[in-house]
Amino acid sequence: MTEPAKPEPAKPEPAKPEPAKTSVGKEIATGVKDAFAPVVRLIDLIGDHVILMVRAFAWLPRRPFRPGNYLEACEYVGVGSLPIVLLVGLFTGLVMGLQAVYAFRQFQLESFAGGTTGKALALELAPVLSALMLAGRSGAGIATELGTMRISEQIDALESMAVSPIQFLVLPRLVAGMLMAPILSLLFFIVGMVGCYFIAVVVQGVDHGQFVLHARELLTITDVVQGMLKSIVFGLIVILIGCYQGFNAAGGGRGVGLGTTRAVVFASVMVLVSDYFLTDILLRVMSSDTGIK
Amino acid sequence: MSDADDQLPLDQHNPRWHVRVRDLKKQFGTNLVLDGLNLDIERGKVNVIIGASGAGKSVLIKHFMSLLRPDAGAIWVDGTNIFALSSRDLSKFRRKFGLVFQFAALFDSLTVEENCAFPLKEHTKKSAAEIRDVVNDRLSALGLDGQQAQYPGALSGGMRKRVGLARALVLDPEILMFDEPTTGLDPLATRNVDEMILAAMDRYKVTSVVISHDMASVFRVADRIAMLHEKKIVAAGTVDEIRASRLPYLYEFIRTSGVAAAGVAPAPGIDA
Repeated sequence: MTEPAKPEPAKPEPAKPEPAKTSVGKEIATGVKDAFAPVVRLIDLIGDHVILMVRAFAWLPRRPFRPGNYLEACEYVGVGSLPIVLLVGLFTGLVMGLQAVYAFRQFQLESFAGGTTGKALALELAPVLSALMLAGRSGAGIATELGTMRISEQIDALESMAVSPIQFLVLPRLVAGMLMAPILSLLFFIVGMVGCYFIAVVVQGVDHGQFVLHARELLTITDVVQGMLKSIVFGLIVILIGCYQGFNAAGGGRGVGLGTTRAVVFASVMVLVSDYFLTDILLRVMSSDTGIK
Repeated sequence: MSDADDQLPLDQHNPRWHVRVRDLKKQFGTNLVLDGLNLDIERGKVNVIIGASGAGKSVLIKHFMSLLRPDAGAIWVDGTNIFALSSRDLSKFRRKFGLVFQFAALFDSLTVEENCAFPLKEHTKKSAAEIRDVVNDRLSALGLDGQQAQYPGALSGGMRKRVGLARALVLDPEILMFDEPTTGLDPLATRNVDEMILAAMDRYKVTSVVISHDMASVFRVADRIAMLHEKKIVAAGTVDEIRASRLPYLYEFIRTSGVAAAGVAPAPGIDA
């Protein structure tokens, strides 16, 4: 007799893969992280700029001083930007003067055109527009120059010759930016006022005496100083961003081009953003009767 | 030269080995480029580091001057760990080195003479006349007489490299480094650059480190060869030792370059 065949034990079904456990908390954390990633990158970027600035100014009291580099940078940032700043300043004064005369003429107050235009020029238009011109010309130029030096290994060559590229290239440009920006802003203001006077007095027939009188009444030296103080910060911001973009250029000619574009865009945005905060601070500190709370 | 030199502590002056690299590790983001690399550079010789493009040769020699800092490991130059130096000491230390870049890295806003005078103006108190004498001497030795007023943009690739070498030589460095000196040059210009390296060795008695993958050029100039492969030095020795190597990757590298390796074919089972 043969033993009855034992029934084969049922094969265990292959275990179905369990759906991956999703942790809601984990997903929320990832979502929050992704959402804040641009903010983190921005903070990171600002931090890198601050580090570059601190490293550059740490070289200020150290030898060798290389005055030639500072003069060259001042020539590039200041003298080189002068024609465009003067041109923009003149036409800004002309158009502001024209608008002011037409607006105030409705109330027969056109002689106030000089004072109001002067205030606007000194406090806002001169520092901001000259900084934007500086960003478009010097900031872009510096980003391109340093970017080209970076990708062609000229910055590495400086370092290999025991020369600090930050001391040699960045510091003189930063100092030049801080020195030249307020001078450019002042010249913008002066040329703008000349334009305003021309359009109001010579073309539109506003009385010379009244124009000057109201300009003196409304416009104070504090206004001009405030504008110049802003310009120092704007000059630093514009040149620092240009240097940073150039110094960190990568990826050949396209990388240099992108760095230059970023230098102009970031600098322009940062000038306008910082203008608000600087204005708030300066109005509180320097103006005796602002009504600002 | 003796084996005893190999046993000397790394922090002592070594009569044979000028530069000693130990356990060097470098990573860029997630890309590990050097992983525990060891290498000795022989004093007064032409030491060539070969390897495929992208193997990390340029990264390695940039560590020699601390232009890059490693994630781990050390480089000892004459018994001094260069990564332990303060920035001020490092600045002085870098003057021991002259680096000739792959594309010369000349300052394009300066003339040939100004390029060569630059390190002297920065680091010496020589008068303008003395600087001119030194510059003219180096330029003349490299066959660049009459090119003083040219801008780099007006020079050929080979001439730019010679100007790069002249600039590297003006401070009388102890160690000269060449980053792919023959890349992009025609065969005659390549031979000229090789002769330039040998002439510089002969005249200035420096230790040379050359990185290259041009094997014909390597065999013309090298006293010692080291192969960088898979993030490490996989073979190092005299030219004859390297030619006779049985390491498959090295053998293939030399064979496919069109320069006959004198060694036997690789033994089966030996991996690079």
